[in-house]
Amino acid sequence: MTRNAAFAALLLGFSLVAPTPAFADTSISISGSTALLPLVKDASGVYQSQHPDVKISVSGGGSGTGINDAAAKAVDIGDSDILAPTHPELHDNRVAVIGFAVVTNPSVSVKNLTKKQISDIFSAKVTNWKDVGGPDQKIVVINRPRSSGTRAVFTKTVMGGVPVSESGLTEDATGTVVSVVKQTPGAISYAAFSGTHGQGLNELSIDGIAPTDANIIVGKYPVWSYEHMFTLGPPTGEISRFIAFISTRSDLIQKNGFIKITDMKVKETDR
Amino acid sequence: MIALQAKRSHRNERIAKNVLRAAAMFVVFAIAVLILYLMTEGTKTFFIDRFPVWKFLFSSEYDPSEKLGGAAIFIVGTLAVTIFAIVIGGPFGIAVGVFLSEIAPSRMAAILKPAIELLVGIPSVVYGWLGLTLLVPFLRTHTSSPSGFGLAAAGIVLSIMILPTVISLSEDAFRSLPPALREGSLALGATRWQTITRVLLPSASSGIAVALILGIARAVGETLAVQMVLGNSTQFPMGIFAPTAALTTEIVIDMPGATQGSFLEHELFSMAFLLLLIAMVLILLVRFALRKRI
Repeated sequence: MTRNAAFAALLLGFSLVAPTPAFADTSISISGSTALLPLVKDASGVYQSQHPDVKISVSGGGSGTGINDAAAKAVDIGDSDILAPTHPELHDNRVAVIGFAVVTNPSVSVKNLTKKQISDIFSAKVTNWKDVGGPDQKIVVINRPRSSGTRAVFTKTVMGGVPVSESGLTEDATGTVVSVVKQTPGAISYAAFSGTHGQGLNELSIDGIAPTDANIIVGKYPVWSYEHMFTLGPPTGEISRFIAFISTRSDLIQKNGFIKITDMKVKETDR
Repeated sequence: MIALQAKRSHRNERIAKNVLRAAAMFVVFAIAVLILYLMTEGTKTFFIDRFPVWKFLFSSEYDPSEKLGGAAIFIVGTLAVTIFAIVIGGPFGIAVGVFLSEIAPSRMAAILKPAIELLVGIPSVVYGWLGLTLLVPFLRTHTSSPSGFGLAAAGIVLSIMILPTVISLSEDAFRSLPPALREGSLALGATRWQTITRVLLPSASSGIAVALILGIARAVGETLAVQMVLGNSTQFPMGIFAPTAALTTEIVIDMPGATQGSFLEHELFSMAFLLLLIAMVLILLVRFALRKRI
């Protein structure tokens, strides 16, 4: 009896550290973008409850990690907010569209900034909120690391390629950015809608356009990107079924702040 | 019969000796592989990418995507947090060490020692988390720092993290002094304070040096807790409350983007190799300090 209990405990222990074939017929491992993370986590939970024989393990690390891990076969799927031009061997599976908001601490009264103003703030030309119509308060810029897909999208679509100043703080995940902006007066950063919506942050309009899904769908709000799930070669079997599942479940996509690709009225090239 | 037993124990002896020797050889092998690997990978920046060593050490131009690998900011950052930590934690730790060895009644020491040892057991992520939730907001509201992240936050967290090392090693240094030193000093009419400052402290100086050096080594190598509160800005620390970056934190921050064979990967390996060299120098200093004592 005790031996059986010990054996069961041992098996349970194994299943916690590493999903073994004894418990799941198929296992899928995913890493990468922390912007896409909420959707992938949610979808994998639903998918696993529908398919008890599939075990999906999801972790973050950022878009750079996702691309590198997928290319190195460390994971089955590498999530990324950006394309992977240095890894032509990766197969691009677009699963959703995500918008990115420029967010500030709620104490900042500014509600709208022009692209030029945002660019000046992130390149450290403007360092006080009073210079862009706000209170006399120092601006605390929070960046993502160089490998971040969110940072790449932001630099491309808002900064117009102007590099961000390195004098800002650097935080390495969407969640950390959101909590630091929330608790630091005068803070400004950028993060995916999936992380910023409903967090009580001040989400800025850019050139008078509010950061909403509706504005992205019709091509008015510029800061968005496709979410990619990279696989080494075209996906097969359970992996391809899971990717199809994510990109078609409108309810999960919407609930997590993403946009279904088929809803988009514009393409990436239209920006 | 007896001959057989002797033969058997002789054989056991030989097996044990060989097993132990193999273990020792394995450690030496592992260390050699580690150093060789870091050395080959860490010098690729200079030999393959042709980035000059002097620029790596003294230039602050860091943009790996443009093949600029000046690590001066991170070297200064590492030095700054380490100095900060040892200036606060060093004297404090030595003071507690003296107290434990010379002043504290044995029952009190019996409570204090496990408490200090517990400090070693707390994972660095917990230190970082506490720094993030307690120290950073405190510094934000009570100092000129608008965010609270920066040198001071990292230095204070580190000074607490090195305390156990400094305390136990300096306590050992005092305890290992011959009792005759104390007794002689007291017999000559010196007060306890005079005995500690004029007799014991100078005699234990090499042991205290070891305590401080190993404290420094701990501070230089700490990564996670520092990364959580330092701010990770690629700029020189402009004051004690300003954010900056250190060698360890920059490796963590940039690692996700380091594709195999890229300049960034070589650059990060060079930083790791530099950290190894710093550790080697510190260990050499420890050997030197210990030799002086004997």
